[in-house]
Amino acid sequence: MTNERFDMSASLAIILTGVLVATACALLGVFLVLRRMAMLADAISHAILPGIVAGYFLAQGPNLLAGFAGASLAAVITVALVEALQNTRRVGGESAIGIVFPAMFALGTFLVSKYFANVHLDTDAVLYGNIEFAAFDVLFVNDVNLGPQSLWVMGALCIINLLFVGLFFKELKLATFDPGLAAALGFSPVLIHYALMAVVSITTVGAFTAVGAILVVAFMIVPAATAYLLTDDLSRMIVLAVVAGAASAVAGFFIALALDASVAGAMATMTGAFFLLALLFSPSHGLVAKARRLQRQRMRVAMENLVVHLFNHEHQAYEEHEAEVAHLSSELRWQPGFARQVIGMAKRAQLVQQANGHLMLTGTGRELAQRASALRDGEG
Amino acid sequence: MTLSTSFIEDRSSAATLQAKVAVANPVEINDLTVAYRDKPVLQDVDLTIPEGKLAAIIGPNGAGKSTLLKAILGLVPVVAGSVQIYGRPYAEQRRLVGYVPQRSSVDWDFPTTALDVVMMGTYGRLGWIRRPGKAERDFAMHCLDQVGMARYADRQISQLSGGQQQRVFLARALAQDAQIYLMDEPFVGVDAVTERAIVALLQTLQHQGRTVVCVHHDLDSAPDYFDWVALLNVRLIASGPFESTFTAENLRKTYGGTMKAAIEHFQHFESDRLQMMGERRGDKGTRGQGDKGTER
Repeated sequence: MTNERFDMSASLAIILTGVLVATACALLGVFLVLRRMAMLADAISHAILPGIVAGYFLAQGPNLLAGFAGASLAAVITVALVEALQNTRRVGGESAIGIVFPAMFALGTFLVSKYFANVHLDTDAVLYGNIEFAAFDVLFVNDVNLGPQSLWVMGALCIINLLFVGLFFKELKLATFDPGLAAALGFSPVLIHYALMAVVSITTVGAFTAVGAILVVAFMIVPAATAYLLTDDLSRMIVLAVVAGAASAVAGFFIALALDASVAGAMATMTGAFFLLALLFSPSHGLVAKARRLQRQRMRVAMENLVVHLFNHEHQAYEEHEAEVAHLSSELRWQPGFARQVIGMAKRAQLVQQANGHLMLTGTGRELAQRASALRDGEG
Repeated sequence: MTLSTSFIEDRSSAATLQAKVAVANPVEINDLTVAYRDKPVLQDVDLTIPEGKLAAIIGPNGAGKSTLLKAILGLVPVVAGSVQIYGRPYAEQRRLVGYVPQRSSVDWDFPTTALDVVMMGTYGRLGWIRRPGKAERDFAMHCLDQVGMARYADRQISQLSGGQQQRVFLARALAQDAQIYLMDEPFVGVDAVTERAIVALLQTLQHQGRTVVCVHHDLDSAPDYFDWVALLNVRLIASGPFESTFTAENLRKTYGGTMKAAIEHFQHFESDRLQMMGERRGDKGTRGQGDKGTER
């Protein structure tokens, strides 16, 4: 509001911040999803709070670098604590996360209320972020206005994450797929694990001023999970995750604008909407495609049963009776509707033809029947 | 199914490899103890596996067979003792050792192809950051071909059968181009085609002078596949050439008196062996005649 020039491009700054947050998060999210570490990312996003507070406290103000340092340290402590708890074997994987992350977060909220009651680091901002003000938090260096700070921070994090995933793509892939072989070949999976946790935590700190601690997890996990439903190739999965995340940010902004709602909330909601679309309509893993495959399979088996039945009763005295449509549906225990459907399909596939109420096999139908019964005999 | 002589592409490294190999035994384990918490999984294991053997590690469930492989590879913390690969610690000899983990140890829904998994075998040679290129791709393809899986190179790994997945794992180990191969239960849950492919591959590796160590639990088939054995039950019970080590007495010590099944298996094997010396029997007589596994 204080700077006219950025009022003009406020919308653009918000959209761009959202896209950068989504990109930085999705790059790492792919590996979190494949490593089944979604909950750990959630834990980190909350557990860095006391780290940030401690950093601000030491720097005596909301200093970004101090925040980063504190948050990274808190993240490493969180991961180490979770692992230590898991090693006791009394506390299983998820429970260990469930113990550490509320404890860290509670410590954070306590510290905020105690030392920063009057500072702009309030609990609402921590939880939900304030991307709406992205454009107005401007970065000054030597009194030169460089534009919105969030753009610089998220841009830098995008570059860091791109470099991280780009340079160590092979190592991340190996350590995720087969940590045992990774260790045997000399690529320490522990080192890779902690390196990933470190970039996840600095990304979380950067993203969290924009979208808050709860929604940052949505940006990390949901677009990656969406991409996982759409492809069987790791590189493509990364690209699709970034696209899904960026699209959520853009769509979310305009929905928030139209409905006058929380921008970060709308963006995160859109990640869920895209996931739902992929879950339903993915050509390879979607529920609709699966149901259709199942249905096709059911019809194929039914048609096979039909031709085999007709074939078995060919050249028998009561052939005509066996081939009556009404008789078929009772013999094969089909609902009349289903029987009509199967017979219709079989006719269209030119497996059978109908002559005054009786079904007769065609040449192709007979071939299929022979093949199918040979196969079934083989199995028996 | 022969591996080409250009298996080791880099001649100079082949020379140093030969030098390393000449010094000592492929695997030498001294006083090895591994424990999870206070429960020992392996205790005071002394084991030397000689060059060029097809060695089986055999023992009951919980005997520490897989742990022994993992200890050789430095994957589990060792309480006491040492492991040497050709006379030096594993960390210095990584490239000499190929590893086939249990198939169930990885997530086969991982978004990748068979060829890509095989290429992972070349990562050790590449080191950090360097990406595999055309040479690695071609070599991986060649390794897939060795196990009869070239056709499935671009197949997503979850769409492979269990046996095909196992062969992909073997091809990946071949891509490591190692001198010693450590395999964790390679025969578990595979089809007949894969079983034959694995047996043929093991023999090829042996003919090339490489050493193979397999964790194996099927006492029935063990005599067909291996010429050297280590019997393990937390402690090492016995080790040596198959014929003289795989005896009723040693098996009883390994499995304890209660393992009736093991003894019964052994009796099968023993009667087969007697049968072999005398006449050929009709029903189960193919075992041990040299054309290994063809009838299974």
